[in-house]
This record gives sequence, structure tokens and C-alpha cells, in this order.
Amino acid sequence: MSKNKQTAGHKGACGSQKKKEGEGRSCIRYRCGLTNTIQDVLNQRPGWVEVKDDGEWDLNWCDVGWLRENFDHSYMEEHVRICHFRNHYELTRKNLMVKNLKRYRKTLEREAGRLEASKCDFFPCTFVLPSEYHIFVEEFKRSPGSTWIMKPVARSQGKGIFLFRKLKDIIDWRKDGSRSEEQKDEAQVESYVAQRYIENPYLIAGRKFDLRVYVLVTSYIALKAWLYRDGFARFSNTRFSLSSIDDQYVHLTNVAVQKTSPDYDPEKGCKWQMQQLRQYLTAKHGFETVQTLFKEIDNIFIRSLLSVQKTIINDKHCFELYGYDILLDQDLKPWLIEVNASPSLTASSQEDYDLKYRLLEDTLHIVDMEGRLTGKEKRVGGFDLMWNDGPVHTDVGLEALGSSCLVANTHLGCVNDRQKQLQQLLKPFPGQKRT
Amino acid sequence: MKYVATLHMPVPKMKSFMRFGMSVKGMQKTHSIRSLTARDSRNRFVTVRMRWFRTRTVMMRLFPMKLRRKMSTYRTIRTDCFMSDTQKVFPGGFVVIRLDTVLDPAVLQRSQMITENPVDITSVLMDESAELSVSVTQIVQRLKGTHLHSQLEKQAKECLHKPEIKLETLKDDVRRLLKASGWERKLQNAVYRELHILPPSGHPRAPPEHTKEPLEYMCKAQVNWEKRILKSLNSMCTELGIPLARKRPVPEQKELTNKWNEMGTDEPDLSKFRPVYAPKDFLEVLVGLRNPNNERSEDLTVRSHWGLIQVSLNVRDIPQMREMYPELGLTYGQLGIDDHTHVPPDLFESEHIHIGKKVVSEQDSAAAQQYSRQGCPTGLRAQLWSLILNTTNDPEDITHYEQLKARVINHDLLVDNLIYKDVKLTASNDDYYFVFEDYLYQVLLCFSRDTAVLEHFSYNSATPPKSCIQNSSGSEQCAMVYPPNGVIPFHGFSMYVAPLCFLYNEPSTLYRVFREMYIRYLFRLHSVSSHPSGIVSLCLQFERLLQTHLPQLFYHLREIGAQPLRIAFKWIVRAFSGYLSTDQLLLLWDRILGCDSLEIVAVLAAAVFAFRAENLMEVTSLASAEAVLADLSTLKVMPLLQIFLFATSV
Repeated sequence: MSKNKQTAGHKGACGSQKKKEGEGRSCIRYRCGLTNTIQDVLNQRPGWVEVKDDGEWDLNWCDVGWLRENFDHSYMEEHVRICHFRNHYELTRKNLMVKNLKRYRKTLEREAGRLEASKCDFFPCTFVLPSEYHIFVEEFKRSPGSTWIMKPVARSQGKGIFLFRKLKDIIDWRKDGSRSEEQKDEAQVESYVAQRYIENPYLIAGRKFDLRVYVLVTSYIALKAWLYRDGFARFSNTRFSLSSIDDQYVHLTNVAVQKTSPDYDPEKGCKWQMQQLRQYLTAKHGFETVQTLFKEIDNIFIRSLLSVQKTIINDKHCFELYGYDILLDQDLKPWLIEVNASPSLTASSQEDYDLKYRLLEDTLHIVDMEGRLTGKEKRVGGFDLMWNDGPVHTDVGLEALGSSCLVANTHLGCVNDRQKQLQQLLKPFPGQKRT
Repeated sequence: MKYVATLHMPVPKMKSFMRFGMSVKGMQKTHSIRSLTARDSRNRFVTVRMRWFRTRTVMMRLFPMKLRRKMSTYRTIRTDCFMSDTQKVFPGGFVVIRLDTVLDPAVLQRSQMITENPVDITSVLMDESAELSVSVTQIVQRLKGTHLHSQLEKQAKECLHKPEIKLETLKDDVRRLLKASGWERKLQNAVYRELHILPPSGHPRAPPEHTKEPLEYMCKAQVNWEKRILKSLNSMCTELGIPLARKRPVPEQKELTNKWNEMGTDEPDLSKFRPVYAPKDFLEVLVGLRNPNNERSEDLTVRSHWGLIQVSLNVRDIPQMREMYPELGLTYGQLGIDDHTHVPPDLFESEHIHIGKKVVSEQDSAAAQQYSRQGCPTGLRAQLWSLILNTTNDPEDITHYEQLKARVINHDLLVDNLIYKDVKLTASNDDYYFVFEDYLYQVLLCFSRDTAVLEHFSYNSATPPKSCIQNSSGSEQCAMVYPPNGVIPFHGFSMYVAPLCFLYNEPSTLYRVFREMYIRYLFRLHSVSSHPSGIVSLCLQFERLLQTHLPQLFYHLREIGAQPLRIAFKWIVRAFSGYLSTDQLLLLWDRILGCDSLEIVAVLAAAVFAFRAENLMEVTSLASAEAVLADLSTLKVMPLLQIFLFATSV
């Protein structure tokens, strides 16, 4: 019934009858450009219906390609939501992220001093090639013997990555590249970043790993960011040693690369849940150290988002789920490797599927198409509000710890009792009775 | 002290005894009396074993003339003997040994008759102080010659040069200094450790096999089981044409040295190898156990047991468990219940952590053990466990580990393949433990070469398997323990090590902790014995708990052919390693260490059944019952245990 009403809305846009805030719509039309976990989540949400092709939608879970082609041409109604920001790549392209971070660091240094700026030193020394080739060479020569990693800026899932220690390697590669591509056109040369390779990664039983953490941004002005409690550590299948520099399997922990490794056993899985990792680290290093580590990781999320706050075109229709890749070194210092705009939502195992399903469900809770939230929540399911135009602190535990010390409202790698929390928090879906 | 003596081993040719007034119904069937059981005023059990067959002369004086004559016609059954000086120590010709059998009313009745015997049992039992002094001598003996002993000596000598030492009060001064420098604590911890592995209240005169296992049918079952394992190992050896052991050629040694830290990347062809046995084979052995004394097939009573284990041992029921482990009670704070993992610590948790830090700084084994009963905080667990187990990581420990490593590199054993296979089958497939694959190889391979493990066979009912090894010349043969540590790994063995990888980074530390865990607790899970922490007792305890507190469920499962023990056995054998989520498993093992007993494992197994009882009542086959209990990774150990132990009406 309401569907008919809605289709009577403006042409070319996703119309809907204006309803009172909080009353909730009984039917939400979504468009989904991906065929993985997200589709299941959307599909199974009560009262939601899928629209195909050019149908009108209320929520669009599109890929970045669709965004590029269509975003500027479409008019969006007040309530409509889309899962990317217009220029998301400011944070998710490797070269732009570094550019923004460097600029942000400079501003901080100027305005708030060195100490404040040093809090941004969580990304490895990086140069964009070919444009920064000369500064790169200078830096390269200043630290002989160190290892560098080359990554194409726009490709993902570990494609086109290699390691090198000698300038000769990279010169050969440049020649190779230009010869094979035939086109002499400057614009056609693929941009790469050369990054100082972290040579002392934290190893667990001799294996390298990185962390995948999910951060949801619902607004850039004012910045509102949520941190998901779950996440995982991805292990490299082979053992780490710097001597095997040609073996890229050792160095890359992307599951996408791992899958092509000759001894990859899909049954085995190469992931630990964040909870397990946090426990492992606590068992080895004690509470305080681990708490500091996770605080530093929080710092990475916040600083990196702040660095692009002014660059990203804020749009109330947009939200974005970022997949952060973090690497730890032996001194338990976290490093930001990259940020993904469309984190792999294809599940590699049942456990992984469950995690992603929960994550996406909670994302939709926060996007709140149904109007079930008040907007003042500090926690929705597995998401904790990390930044709301300023740091967010927990309400509980103050009496125990003394009021002078504020505890950040982040619980990465902590118990995720989302079901219980959601039950308390959310009004039942329209037409659904609370059990 | 009043003793109630119990006869629990039958007499040969009972008829002859009946002449002496022992004509009790049901005894005609029995064949030999060899020991008595007594209960002292504190309800501890002691067995008094009669040794008349061998110490004929002694017995002669003890028994009436008629019997004496009769006795002399019997042949000695066992050849081991402690005849010559028995008389001196035990005027009655008895030896005190440990016992754990259950007292059946019928047996008790018999026992009363024995008390009427002319034998004065009290005189043969050692009193408290004698027992203590024996223990003291034993411990002193064991500690002599250890590294600690020489270090203490060295410290004491160094003390002498200090000005504050006076000749008049030399002894006290040295003692005070040793105390101040922390050496006394180290000695205390070492003594505490010895007390743990010391065969309980045995007598030094008792032959060694009595400390291993007092019940003969258990001994026999264990011996037969060992024979089977060895046979299967030998046949695999001949089938595959692989020697039990061989020296590695030098290039191979080098290769192994190089990939020591990444043995998991190697994928040898292991398809030919199969685990020597799996838990379910072992279960069959336990199911087949029978006490020749208790053939009760005719007189099935209300108390009869529905379970698979058909021997009676004294296992604790819920009220007794409550008494034994009050710290698990509802009024005590528990890690695993009263903490929310990482949310700002609540009052109990922060207090508990505070105490934990104190315990660690005091370096007191006994305190750490007591503390562990309420759970160890994640950040302190590694230190606390090392403290409880009194494992150190001194240079000499590291050297020892390096020696073991060298042995692995020098020689290739057939059991190595079994270890590889086991790790590949279990830990490598585990969602969590896969990371530790390399550590597991290192620890397990070194473990198999460690002859120090052999020591634990003095109180383990198992006996290290022997195998003939040809001399280098090839002419002579000699029997050698094989594998060198005497432990043949079975399917799932590596899961004993896996949880410890979570706590210790350094392979040598990890190794020490594992070895100590093994020789204190884990060996009991795969050898047939009557020990309260032994696998037989645990299985029996599990079945009794279920039968007493969930009779409907037990009956239902039994009717559909899903004997609960068939499902729970694999959990018990591995002390739940690989079944629970890691944090929960460590909380459980905290309690094992804290309570110095594996009984809690049996209780948890029963509690799991209780927790899923509703679903289990609906299943109609073994497979579906197994499905209900397939995934334990979501269970919370401590609430389950507490509810089962302290909130069940008894």
C-alpha cells in the first residue's frame, strides 16, 4: 500500500511520502550493487524490498563505480541514503591518503606544536611515484639497506605489489612498465606509492599478521565516527623472514593474495577474531600495554578521518563503512597501512560470514532508515560511538576509576554482546512484536 | 584412631578360609585375599596388603595353626618380594599402601570380620609423624644434587664472608640471610613442587608398583593396553619398513636446523601413517574394565550403574565436591563470571588483579595455587602458572632445551611422524591454534627425546614401552625405552600443548611448562589407574553425576543408544582443549592447577549435559545427540560449573 504511494513521488528520484520523524516507514526500497553478505543482510531485513536496475530506492548499497557514474546526476530526497561519500578516494587511495595526512600533520605542527603533530606519525614514510621520485631517491639513499614496498595506488587486494632493496630494481621496473604499455602518454602511467617497509612486524609464532578494523562514518561535518568491536587479524600463511624478499606471500596478509599461495588451504582459514588477538596480547604483555596499544589504534582512526574532514564533500545522504588495515611492529606500535572504501564483504568462512553479517546489520541500524533511534546513542549493537565532533567517553566505570580520568568509548576487541544491547535499544520493527 | 578394615581383594581357595569363620555369602566366588582397606578417623583410606604367600614365615606366626598349614601349600603369585626386612618394620607382616576403592556394603561386612582377626592393624599403620618424616627424607633426597641445592650451598658459603655473620649464631644468621635474599622462598617452592608429585602417603618399603597403581586389575588392564599399543606401533614399523629410529645424515641435519622454526611449511607425505590410537579406542579399554571382586551381575540393585564404566571407585559426589572446592562457591568472586572481559574493571576484578600482582611479586607457589582457584587474570596467567608449576627459565633450562633440540636434529624417530600427523590433523585445522603449528612441533619433538619425563613413571600406572635396539655393531641387542620419554602420542596429544602456546612465547619456557603440566596432571588422562584424577575415576564421576542429578536425561540417552560417556570422553581425555574457546579453556585449567585435581573436568562434562538437557531430551539418535553437543565454543565454563555444583539441589 505504501509502496504505491511512494512510487507516486517525484520522477527520477526516490520519492516518499513525508512522514513524521521517528514514525518509521513500513517499506524500504533498496538497491544493491554487490552480490555477497550485504545482499543477504538487506534481503533478510524485515519490510525491505529490493529494486532492480533503475528503480527508485531509499537506500543504495552501490559500488564505487556506480557512484562515479551516477552520483552527480541524481537528485536525492531527504531520507535517501547511499553507502559512499562522493570523493571517498581522498582517504582510500593510497597516494591521496598520504597526501592528506602529510598536510594535516603540517597544519598541526604549525597550530599546535610538534608534540601534537608527532601523534600523526603512524604511517610509514611514503612517496608517490612517479611525481615524488626525486625526493624518494634522496630518502632512499639516506637509509641504505632498508626495504621498500611498491604499491599501485588504485588497485586493491594486494595486486601489483612488490618489495625491493636496490634502486636498480625500481629502475628496471620503470623501464619494463613503459615498454610494455606502449603508450608514452604521461597520464597513462600508473601511479605507485613507494613505502618504507616495516621490517620488524610483530610476529605470533613466527607469522606476520595485520588487523582489519571497521569504522563507520555517518557524517564529516561534524565528524561522527563509530568503531566496530569485532574485527580480525589476518595471518600470513608462510613464516616471516626478511631474507625471503621475493616471496610476496610472506609479506602480504591480504586474504586475496593468500588464496593464490600454493599451500593455501581454504579449510584452514588464516584469521583470528579481534577478541582472540586482544586476549593473546594481554596474556603476553599485560593489560596496561594492550590498553595503550588500542588507544593508539583509536588515535589512528580519528587522526586519519580528521585529516580528510575538510576535503571530503559532506553530504547528509552519505555514510561510509571503512576497512582499516593496521600493522603492529615489535614494539607494539600500530601503523596505518591503508583504508578501504569497499572492504571485502565476501566471507571466507562461516565465522567470517557471521561477523560480516553482524557488522552490516549494525551498520543498517545506525543508518536507521526505519527511524528507530534517538540520535543520542553511544552504542548501537557492536558499534561504539568513537567521535562525535570531539572524543566520546564512556558513562560507566567512572566511579571506580575516579572522575578525573575519562575512558574513551571504544571497545575494539571486547565482548560484543550486541544482541542484548540491541534488544534494549531498538524499538521492534514495524509490524513485529517484541518477544 | 579407629580403623575399619575392609577386605577388597579376594582370597585363593576361599573354602579354606571358611574354616576360620569367614563364611560369608558371595565370597565363595573369590579367589585370593591380598589386601585390606582401612579407614582412619579422618576418613582417609589406607590399604593394608597381606603378603602371606611370599612371606610365609611371617604369616605362620600370624595365623592359626590350621591356616598356616594350608597356606604353605600355595604358590607365590608375584615374584617381587620384600621379605627379609618386612618383619622388622611391620611386625604384622603388612605393608601400607594407598587405596581408592569404593566401599560396598557387602565389602564392608567382610571387613568387619577381618578386624576380628588377630592382626592389630593400628600397629602396622604409620602415624602422622612417621609418615611426615618419610616424606621429608624423600624430598630431601630428591632435592640433593639438584641445581637449586648447589646454588643454596654456594649462597650459604658466600654468606660466610659477610660481616654480619657471627660464629656463635652461625646457623641462624645464614638462615636469615637466605631468607632475606629470597632463597628460602625458592626452596619452599621446590619442596612444594616435590610434594605435588610425591606419591601420596606411600611407604618407602612398598614395592614401586604399588605407588604406581594399587589395584591389580587396573595394572593388568594397563599392561594389556600397552602391549596393544606397542604391537600396533611395531606392526606399522614393519609394514612401512621404517626403522623406529635412525641417525640423520649430515645434510638432512643441516636442513632440519635451518627450518627448525618453520617445520609446519614442510609437507611430508603422511598418508601412510595413522595415529597409534584414538580416544575412542582407549574408551573401549575402560569400558571393558572389571573388578574381579565385584561380579554383581546377579544382584543388580537400585544402586546399579547405568553407565559404561563398570568398576566401582570412590568418586566425589556434589556435596563432597562443595566441601573440597569451596572457592568455586557462589559467595566467592570468580574470574570468568564476575568480570566483563574488558569493560572498565569492576570492583572484584580490579581487587583480584591487585592481589594477583602481589602473589607474583611474592614468588610463592602455594599462594599462587590458592589464588588460581578463583581464576587468573589474562595478563598475569603466564607468570602465575609458571609459579604454581615452579618452572624456571634459568640458563640450565635453556641448555637442557637446546640439548633436546640437538637430539631431535641428530636422530629421526618413527614417532616424529606420528607427531607431525597429529598436529596436522588437530591443531593445524583449528581456527585458533593453527598459528602455533611450528611451536607444537618444536615442543613435542623435544618432549619425545626428554628422558627426564621417565621419572614420572614412578607414580604413573603406565610403564614406558621398551623396544629392542641393535647395537652399532649389529651383533648385540638391548632393550631401550622407546620413544626416549616413554610416551607414545595418540590422536589429539598435541592439544595438550596448544593452549599453553597462548601464554608463552619462548619455546624453552613453553616446553618446561608443558612438561610439568604433563607429569603432574595430563598423563592421568590416558593411563588406566584408580587415582581420583585418573581417567577411569573421571569417567565414573561424570556418569555418577549425570545419573544422580539428571536421571531422566541419562535414561533417555541410554535408551536411544547414546551413552553420554561416548560423547563426553573426547572432551575429558583432552581436558577440553580444542573444544572450548581459548579464554574459557584457560579459565578451566586455572581451576585444575588451583585445585590440583582434574575432577573439575568431569564436573564440567556433566554440567554441559545439564546445560543442553532440554535439547538432548528431544534427540532420538546418537548422531543427533552428538550434533547438539558438537559446538562447545560458546559455553561459559565458570557459570556452568557453579550452577551445577552449587545451585543444584542434592
